[in-house]
Amino acid sequence: MHKLINPVRITAYTLTNALGSGVDASLYALQTEQSGLRACDFQDVALSTWIGRVNGIEEQPLPATLSRFECRNNRLAHLALQLDGFSERVYAAVSRYGAERVGLFMGTSTSGIGATEAAYWQRDEEGELPNDFQPATTHIIYSITDFVRHYLQLKGVALTVSTACSSSAKVFAAAQRYLEAGLCDAAVVGGVDTLCLTTLYGFNSLGLVSSDRCKPWDAHRNGINIGEGAGFALLESEQAGGQGCLLLGCGESSDAYHMSTPHPQGLGAAMAMRQALLQAEIAANQVGYINLHGTATPSNDAAEDAAVMQLFGAEPPCSSTKGWTGHTLGAAGVIESIFTLMALEHGFLPCNLNTEQQDEALSANVLLKREQRDIAYAMSNSFGFGGNNCSLLFGRGR
Amino acid sequence: MKPVYIEAMGVVAPGLNSWQQAATILRGDDDYQAGDLPALKPDMLKPNERRRTTLTIKLALQAVQDALSTNRYDDLSTVFVSSDGDMDVVDRICRALCLPDHPVSPTFFHNSVHNAPAGYCSIATGFHAASTSLSGLNGSFAVGLLDAAVQAAVEQRPVMLVSYDTPWPAPLARFKPGRQPFGVAIIIQPQLRKQSLVELILLPGEGGDESQMINSQLEQLRVAAPAANSLPLLEVVAKKCAARLVLPYLVDEHITVEIKSCN
Repeated sequence: MHKLINPVRITAYTLTNALGSGVDASLYALQTEQSGLRACDFQDVALSTWIGRVNGIEEQPLPATLSRFECRNNRLAHLALQLDGFSERVYAAVSRYGAERVGLFMGTSTSGIGATEAAYWQRDEEGELPNDFQPATTHIIYSITDFVRHYLQLKGVALTVSTACSSSAKVFAAAQRYLEAGLCDAAVVGGVDTLCLTTLYGFNSLGLVSSDRCKPWDAHRNGINIGEGAGFALLESEQAGGQGCLLLGCGESSDAYHMSTPHPQGLGAAMAMRQALLQAEIAANQVGYINLHGTATPSNDAAEDAAVMQLFGAEPPCSSTKGWTGHTLGAAGVIESIFTLMALEHGFLPCNLNTEQQDEALSANVLLKREQRDIAYAMSNSFGFGGNNCSLLFGRGR
Repeated sequence: MKPVYIEAMGVVAPGLNSWQQAATILRGDDDYQAGDLPALKPDMLKPNERRRTTLTIKLALQAVQDALSTNRYDDLSTVFVSSDGDMDVVDRICRALCLPDHPVSPTFFHNSVHNAPAGYCSIATGFHAASTSLSGLNGSFAVGLLDAAVQAAVEQRPVMLVSYDTPWPAPLARFKPGRQPFGVAIIIQPQLRKQSLVELILLPGEGGDESQMINSQLEQLRVAAPAANSLPLLEVVAKKCAARLVLPYLVDEHITVEIKSCN
């Protein structure tokens, strides 16, 4: 059968999260097993939990010309875009293809909702919000795309995907389709989510926040740690050349089960993983590493374990990297995709940090120690509220 | 871009109760009378689930239910698009965050995700295919239409586009004055079928004067919600005629849609 969608090459990437700014900070922390989690010190939040906070956001406002976008989320995007020569690579793509031919696909879950939280604190005696509140360029989920499009001076197709914790995995699938349809010649994909009261107190209200460091797949796992982060990648056609890894397959599915609980047998998760393999034309036993969604809630890990076992069995090494960064929600897809690219490029499989003893009820081959092993193919999983699932299959450059 | 085909529609807005009723108005066979939003009762959702939903979720699902009433589908990919999602939920959460102990309701929190309507839709329909939830600010309808057309054309599968927007509550309302609720659902196929109504070719990057409604009340509705920018397209589908429309896309940009009737 004719292949519906061709692979695309990842020609540049960058990320910023609790491990630090830029690719080297994340790689060093993963290789030396240093977590970015800390006891919660975000604003005056009184929850007993751990968070993955990015240092320095508070001290680095946006340039005056972009002040209408001023909020924590756009600040973090701005910080991340200045690293690893990423913006320069995008500018080079713009000069190669034209600004109209470079698409932008951003994922976020809460965008700059922190700006609205702050505005509510500043209501006057009549209950009115401050006059300088600018929701369209801060809070509204398109604002992150609007900001990045301005900053990178892109004029091609653009959109924001907001499907909770799968948001910035799905931007890869969207970009691959737009490239295939010939609507752009290159695509910037990214994800940015920042700490805010809504997610900290919201996940806490659902009983999903751990008072300990999160321990994916552990017998005593009891919830997530919320993190923040930003990641960006530049996608071009495979013929673009270079040594960059390839996005070979994307799988997207819906659980059709529950708003905030995954299907217990991981039905939708398995569908997404199977579809990614099918699109990539790769057999399950060729996959050398799976970066799990692995949030460390009892039900999420159990559902994902069931799905992995159904498709792959206990063979491929797996790990969740939430123990390093916390759960960066709408940024998790792209950040963990970049971790997966690092595994392919460096032959380095990160362990499941913080996990002491694997739950006996879970059977996947979860790495408790890091491994050095050359792999050709690796998968990254992202699953979100609303039963929204996305799996991405990457391969080493060829 | 390859052509795609519209084969079913659903709509709900003030004075527009269903696609069938809206089509008679858009063809000019009936007068448009603005007014209140019709009562929303998306009974595709079980009562226990429906109780947990909001006006925004009900509006989106009402349009979905209308679009699904014509043909039977075992599975559909979905593209949901809304400029700003559910500001009633944002308001409730932000108020709770200002109270001692920050008592955010767990139901409001899970309804706060932008893909909440899509999640309830998949629960109600049992559709397991890909589902995305997008925003393109004031150009949201065209952003969703383009994404749905790309998915249908590239993946060769049917896609349901659902575009919806609702008014903002106080104290947020003054930052979004004049907003009206509007929900529209459109089922798009990659191939011509006997049910096909119109063929669409989307031309991003091509602009011109934005398409407007001749009827002044419908024109007022069009500019009152990003989703209502679908009205010129709905009119062409209702009349089953050929047309070239210009829809608002991203900030200060447009997209051209070429439409041909299928029979």
